Amino acid sequence: MAGIRFQSIRKVFGKTVAADSVSLEIRDGEFMVLLGPSGCGKTTLLRCLAGLEHVDGGRVFIGDRDVTDRAPRDRRIAMVFQSYAVFPHLTVFDNIAFGLKMQGRPRDEIKRRVEESARLLELTDFLKRYPAQLSGGQRQRVAVARAIVMQAAVLLMDEPLSNLDALLRLQMRAELKRLHQEIKATTIYVTHDQVEALSLGDRIAVMQSGRIVQCDVPMNIYDYPANKFVGGFIGTPPMNFLPGVVHANGDGPTVVVGESHLAPAPAFAHALSAKNGEPILLGIRPENLTLAPNQQANTIRARVRVVEPLGSHKLLTMQVGTEISKVSVAPDQRVAPNEDVWLHFDPEKIRWMDAATGEAISATVE
Amino acid sequence: MRVKSETILPYSLLVPTLIFVILLIVVPIGQAFLLAFQAPDSSFTFAHFQKMANDTSFGDALRFTFLLLIFIVPMQVVLAIIMALLIHTRFKGHTLFLYIYAIPLAISDLAAGIAWLSIFTERGYLNSILNQLGIFDKPFLFLSYQNLPAMFGTIVVAESWRATAIVMTILLAGLQVIPRDYFEAADVFGATTLKRTLFVVLPLLRPSLQNALIIRTIFAFQTFAVVFALAGRVIPVLAGESYNWYVANRNPNIAAAYAVLVLIFTVAATWFYLHFFQTSAAEAGYD
Ligand SMILES: Nc1ncnc2c1ncn2[C@@H]1O[C@H](COP(=O)(O)OP(=O)(O)OP(=O)(O)O)[C@@H](O)[C@H]1O
Ligand SMILES: [Mg+2]
Repeated sequence: MAGIRFQSIRKVFGKTVAADSVSLEIRDGEFMVLLGPSGCGKTTLLRCLAGLEHVDGGRVFIGDRDVTDRAPRDRRIAMVFQSYAVFPHLTVFDNIAFGLKMQGRPRDEIKRRVEESARLLELTDFLKRYPAQLSGGQRQRVAVARAIVMQAAVLLMDEPLSNLDALLRLQMRAELKRLHQEIKATTIYVTHDQVEALSLGDRIAVMQSGRIVQCDVPMNIYDYPANKFVGGFIGTPPMNFLPGVVHANGDGPTVVVGESHLAPAPAFAHALSAKNGEPILLGIRPENLTLAPNQQANTIRARVRVVEPLGSHKLLTMQVGTEISKVSVAPDQRVAPNEDVWLHFDPEKIRWMDAATGEAISATVE
Repeated sequence: MRVKSETILPYSLLVPTLIFVILLIVVPIGQAFLLAFQAPDSSFTFAHFQKMANDTSFGDALRFTFLLLIFIVPMQVVLAIIMALLIHTRFKGHTLFLYIYAIPLAISDLAAGIAWLSIFTERGYLNSILNQLGIFDKPFLFLSYQNLPAMFGTIVVAESWRATAIVMTILLAGLQVIPRDYFEAADVFGATTLKRTLFVVLPLLRPSLQNALIIRTIFAFQTFAVVFALAGRVIPVLAGESYNWYVANRNPNIAAAYAVLVLIFTVAATWFYLHFFQTSAAEAGYD
């Protein structure tokens, strides 16, 4: 039993509010990803959980225990530090073995477990080396191995793959996922990389300036971002945003974007009617825009600026009125720069947002 | 042209230091060697060293110098480590402790010796206190030639007080450059404070420990003023003999021979520490 609960955690550094009343509950065995831009407070939150930072307010629970005032070593967690913090005076073997030695495990058990996690992270050939003799990526893997060897109930990883090359990163990502399915440690995983977040997380908590702005399963984060920030942060390229104005008449609301009238999905009819005459923000992902052969319902005139063939798809940079939108189309789509085209918006995939606050407008459930 | 000025610049920046070192260190050392090995007719001789070795105080000076070293250095290093670790925890009021620890750094060794003399002497502070507490009704003679161990003890205490601060300062500086992450990683992975100190902090502190030991040992070989103030020549030491031969016996040659001997011991000790505490290139450097 080692669920984690942050209860209104507050942490202030001088004038910076690194954690602003953060509440988050992570179930036993869950893989939670903390995602957010640099400086948003991800590391701070982890450090509060690890006991490396005294909270200025709120409580931290691991399992049923209130650990807020406990020393780090009493919290029974393992952690991969963002800076690695691999001990320079110890060999790779002794680094990985450190925690087990502190627990006073028998020698043969230590040896077996160290070798096992070294194999997992492809460090077997380096066990006798010192950290100074390793590359940055290898050192980072030592830090990961040192944490997973503990088989702790709670595993904290602060950007554990940030320094690996693309291929190794892909491989380690799958390895970590497999490992988690095996060990089922309650995991908090910090990353900047949204692909990593989507691929690994049971749930993703998106942070911005010391707050959690949305916490949900990956597909919901992707499809239903809670606000403009989340939509704009997740996805490569991220969600497109176009300004519009709501027009409500007897037939239900339409949204005027440029010269076109778009009809929102029925679920939004009620919510949008209430905003008659108000500006609104239309959010849509690049893959939910298609090229239409002629003007039809829910199309907007746009001009192709850049065409990037990316193998699995083509990425188009489009000018829509004064705005720039990214559109992802099939690799065999015939399209040339400076061509004028009709862009079709799938109404079911549009995320409507308040123009002033950027908050998503929720659908009316019928 | 440009390349040339770039190669000259670093050397020219070293020049002032170099002049300083040559004038104040290299030249006097050279003169000491000349004095120590030169006969009156300018020929090479070991006679001064023979005379030094045959002097009645030589054996005692040698013995006491090493005894002081053996008693003081390990104790001081352990003490300094504890003090540095304590201050490094940044407990409330740690700066006050730092100031108190640092006082001896600002006091010349002769002044320190005299201060301790006023404590240990027959009518000194210590005896007054002991007397008032009713522990002794007669003053205890700490500084009597009839009680060499007590006298030696007072020197150990005074020297420790005087020179532990410098060791602590070096170690504290060393502690402060160790990235905090290593301490934190040790904590997270379950190390108690003691284990963290033994298995993480002290190994990472090794380069500073090496420096502290070298400096402290050099100081120990040069110990003189404190001993002189407390014990006069009852407890002779090498540096004191050198002074004595120069000032009292007006024999610069034998004084120089002592100085050369101290130099040899110092170099040997430094060599010993450098080898004993050698960090392999692989271990060196934090990431
Ligand atoms: N020890 C500290 N002293 C002062 N400010 C700090 C300290 N640690 C963090 N901060 C500030 O708190 C905020 C959050 O920092 P934190 O390290 O948690 O960010 P992060 O989300 O982990 O960023 P990154 O992705 O770059 O690692 C930042 O604005 C940072 O400058
Ligand atoms: Mg961070």
